[in-house]
Amino acid sequence: MSQISRDELAHLAKLARLGVSEAELDTFVGQLDVILDSVAKVGEVAGDDIPPMSHAANLTNVFRSDEIRPGLSQQEALSGAPASEDGRFCVPRILGEEQ
Amino acid sequence: MDPTTRTAAELAAGIHSGELSSVEVTRSHLERIAKVDSEINAFLHVETEGALATAEKVDADIAAGRRPASPLAGVPLGLKDVLTTKGIPTTCGSRTLEGWIPPYDATVTRKLREADVVVLGKTNMDEFAMGSSTENSAYGPTRNPWDTTRVPGGSSGGSAAALAAFQAPVTVGTDTGGSVRQPGALTGTVGVKPTYGGVSRYGLVAFSSSLDQAGPCARTVLDAALLHEVIGGHDPMDSTSLNAPVPPVVEAARRGASGDLRGLRVGVVTELGGEGYQPGVLRSFAAAVDTLRELGAEVAEVSCPNFEYALSAYYLIAPSECSSNLARFDAMRYGLRVADDGTNGADDVMSLSREAGFGAEVKRRIIIGTYALSAGYYDAYYGSAQKVRSLVTRDFDAAYDQVDVLVSPTAPTTAFRVGERVDDPMSMYRADLCTIPTNLAGTAAMSVPSGLSDEDGLPVGLQIMAPALADDRMYEVGAAYERARDAAAGGALADRIPEL
Repeated sequence: MSQISRDELAHLAKLARLGVSEAELDTFVGQLDVILDSVAKVGEVAGDDIPPMSHAANLTNVFRSDEIRPGLSQQEALSGAPASEDGRFCVPRILGEEQ
Repeated sequence: MDPTTRTAAELAAGIHSGELSSVEVTRSHLERIAKVDSEINAFLHVETEGALATAEKVDADIAAGRRPASPLAGVPLGLKDVLTTKGIPTTCGSRTLEGWIPPYDATVTRKLREADVVVLGKTNMDEFAMGSSTENSAYGPTRNPWDTTRVPGGSSGGSAAALAAFQAPVTVGTDTGGSVRQPGALTGTVGVKPTYGGVSRYGLVAFSSSLDQAGPCARTVLDAALLHEVIGGHDPMDSTSLNAPVPPVVEAARRGASGDLRGLRVGVVTELGGEGYQPGVLRSFAAAVDTLRELGAEVAEVSCPNFEYALSAYYLIAPSECSSNLARFDAMRYGLRVADDGTNGADDVMSLSREAGFGAEVKRRIIIGTYALSAGYYDAYYGSAQKVRSLVTRDFDAAYDQVDVLVSPTAPTTAFRVGERVDDPMSMYRADLCTIPTNLAGTAAMSVPSGLSDEDGLPVGLQIMAPALADDRMYEVGAAYERARDAAAGGALADRIPEL
């Protein structure tokens, strides 16, 4: 049974803000089907009585003491920016025509 | 004697006694890299000046009678390119981060600097540590020094190959589903995944945060232990770092070298073997178990029935966490940005930049993760995978009630050919079959070479697993086994690596 259609795959990529070419879609759709078919077996043993486990380190509410410590300078924080202006990150427009 | 063939422990002893100079040792390794790396491609960046500066400082300290900063002061090392290094490029094997110079050091990097370890450079890897062959690097695959038509494993293939090519005596790798141990097995070197939380993840560019763990790679168990103690320990900058002392792994490795394993209970995992495994790997594993028995260990078979589902659970959990973690590569604050020509909005620039910056495997995993986490599929996929994680952990708990350590082959096959599995993701994923359960449970494991497969002459790994924070146990067993293996073979395995 096909787990995932080409359209669904394109939709998922869009949700993930991930451009994929037509050729990639063609390749991925078959591959993801095989992968999802194989991994679906997790459902065979996952009974209602089994608690889900998100993490091996059973730590909760780990805080550092609230002390002022040196951090990155503005210049350092911007050092890898694709574009910056006046000490700020410079990004493409975020609103469309209709907004 | 050529410094590049010596162990880190020998080099450190020589440098600290003044018999060797760190500068000479460092130069030998840099020359070795210059000579063989066009063929191996283990390094993405070589930090010549920085390495020599550290080496000079160590030599000056020793000459002035000052104590070395650590047991590995002055010893050269390769660092996987997924750990940030202030002022030194960090690419994670991705186009997205080409040319990125991190403004801060990972905790592992900081500890290496404070220990005066000589960082030679950054080692090649599968993009963002996703892969089992190092073929997913945007900067070309790393080759296996035992046979350059084959892969070194992955994702820490650069760190493993650098050891087998004598470009460095010790390296750091990271292991999310076997990425230190499986390359160790395929290159005949030692690879350790410490207990989750044993080595800080601060500055380790995240792939799957609940599974990622940095660990030492070396040609000997003792060298791995020495590095483990340098990089391990609690770190307030990582909220999942365990607030516990580093297990005494160096002492354990030295004790293990006495070769006495009397009273130790070893469990052979029933589910990690049999059909689907290369016969030569199984024969090497059986011989290694016989050796453990000869050293005095009591060997029993132990069943971990849910390990059968571990691979499936991993390939849902890891992509899910990956899809979330890699959202940070949004082309806004750092990394590759394309198509920002004034006509495209932020959403389009983001999509186009991620399309240009990520390779096929990363894209596949982001899509799978997005799918597994989406409403309607969450329970069937991600939710069920999390339950399997509980079951795998219970299997380990029950097993460690009966035995002290568990053993299995590290990987089902020896090194495969470059290109052989790139178009078949599931067959690539199966390379991690034996290593994944440990990551899901957050326990410790190492791979120690068990010699060469009798059918193809390629290295095989013995995986030794231990409970959380009992890392020292596997070092003791690994060191005892290593010594017996070399005694039986009449020399070190590294001596049998072909000339490059």
